[in-house]
Amino acid sequence: MEQSEEIIRVENLSKSFGTTEVIRDISFSVYKGEVLGIIGPSGSGKSTILRCITQLESVSGGSITICGRSLVKDCVYAGKKELRDIALKVGLVFQNFNLFPHYSVLKNVTDAQIHVLGKSKEEAEYTAAQLLARVGLSAKADSYPCELSGGQQQRVSIARSLALKPEVLLFDEPTSALDPELTGEILAVIKDLAAEKMTMVVVTHEMAFARDTSNHIIFMDGGVIVEEGSPQEVINNPKQTRTRSFLARFNA
Amino acid sequence: MLQGSVTSLEVFFLTLVFAVPLALPVAAGRMTKNKILSAVTKIFLLIIRGTPLMLQLLVVYFGPGLLCIWINKQFGTDIRLTWPRFLAANVALIINYAAYFAEIYRGGIESVPQGQYEAAKVLGYTKNQTFFYIILPQVVKRIIPAMGNEVITLVKDTALVQIIGVSELLRVAQETQSRLFSFMPLFVAGVFYFVMNWAVEAIFVRIEKRLAYYK
Repeated sequence: MEQSEEIIRVENLSKSFGTTEVIRDISFSVYKGEVLGIIGPSGSGKSTILRCITQLESVSGGSITICGRSLVKDCVYAGKKELRDIALKVGLVFQNFNLFPHYSVLKNVTDAQIHVLGKSKEEAEYTAAQLLARVGLSAKADSYPCELSGGQQQRVSIARSLALKPEVLLFDEPTSALDPELTGEILAVIKDLAAEKMTMVVVTHEMAFARDTSNHIIFMDGGVIVEEGSPQEVINNPKQTRTRSFLARFNA
Repeated sequence: MLQGSVTSLEVFFLTLVFAVPLALPVAAGRMTKNKILSAVTKIFLLIIRGTPLMLQLLVVYFGPGLLCIWINKQFGTDIRLTWPRFLAANVALIINYAAYFAEIYRGGIESVPQGQYEAAKVLGYTKNQTFFYIILPQVVKRIIPAMGNEVITLVKDTALVQIIGVSELLRVAQETQSRLFSFMPLFVAGVFYFVMNWAVEAIFVRIEKRLAYYK
């Protein structure tokens, strides 16, 4: 397979909170159209990686490059304007949705387009209508988030992220707050996006989903990458003992 | 007594109009990462909320004059400074209520989940946009009950400005009572405060209902 454009490059990334090292010397790349699955036990640093890439946390060491532009190089951050430009290339879907409760579903999807990208209201609403149709929520455009189920809220938040046309969409345990039925709804949406070659990084505890959707899997524990490779290798035939014990219940 | 109630209403509205916006920078000062500014604000809030409003009225009205006497004694000068009672009464109430409002605002701002800030940041909103579009509307909804409480207290606190000689409703009512030797003026004053707060309550209930469309 020919190597396509590199969307995210993480090199020797480390992050500490006080004296606790959460991430230690991690490197990986995500290429255009690829889905990277990150699995591992709670507290292994998976979410922190996404939070570093989206600038919600500052790194303690290492470099992050997004679409060829340096976000942080050897722990030195780019200028304010560059950081903002880079931030717009990356979308993030949160575990607990974080929709804006005072805005209707439609406004949740249009507001950032208008205030951040400077689009006209008509243009923003046209884009929003398409995205809401895509996640199956056209009928809910005028509802408020509190009137929706968790699965519906998460689908709105995916539409909200897509509305800004990011180069890559990151998912931080998008189904962990949902029951199994609603989980299916969200996974179906992500699978659709994968089929359309959307570049994505998915942190998840849904092993079957990670195996079936990802092109590449990273298994993390204790802030380091323990094992990585194709889904078949890592999930079906793990080589490391730690990976095996983590997946024991799944593979049993 | 009509003039008295007009004075009470003036004090009420002036305090509200100035204290509501003034409390925003005070709340910001309380929450800032700048240690000096936040320490100064904390001390200010401690003093204002820790001493009687009546005492504050006296200090604001007589303070400048007493300060002049002291300066004149020290330096042999002859400065005199007095200011209108009505103005002093309003200034004292505005400072006092801005302090209480600021703490209510702070509670409201800090109760908005961190995830709202994070979602806004990831979507590319600037800090100002995040505050005015995302956070502030949610703060308003959260502080309405506490603000209603405080505004009702303000209606009754306007009666305190008589301590520096402002002829507000209760003082006029008391004077009329001793002049006519009748309980009626005090009763009328009581009804006035009650009706006033009834209106305040009704307005707040209305605002709450209007904001009830989301949780």
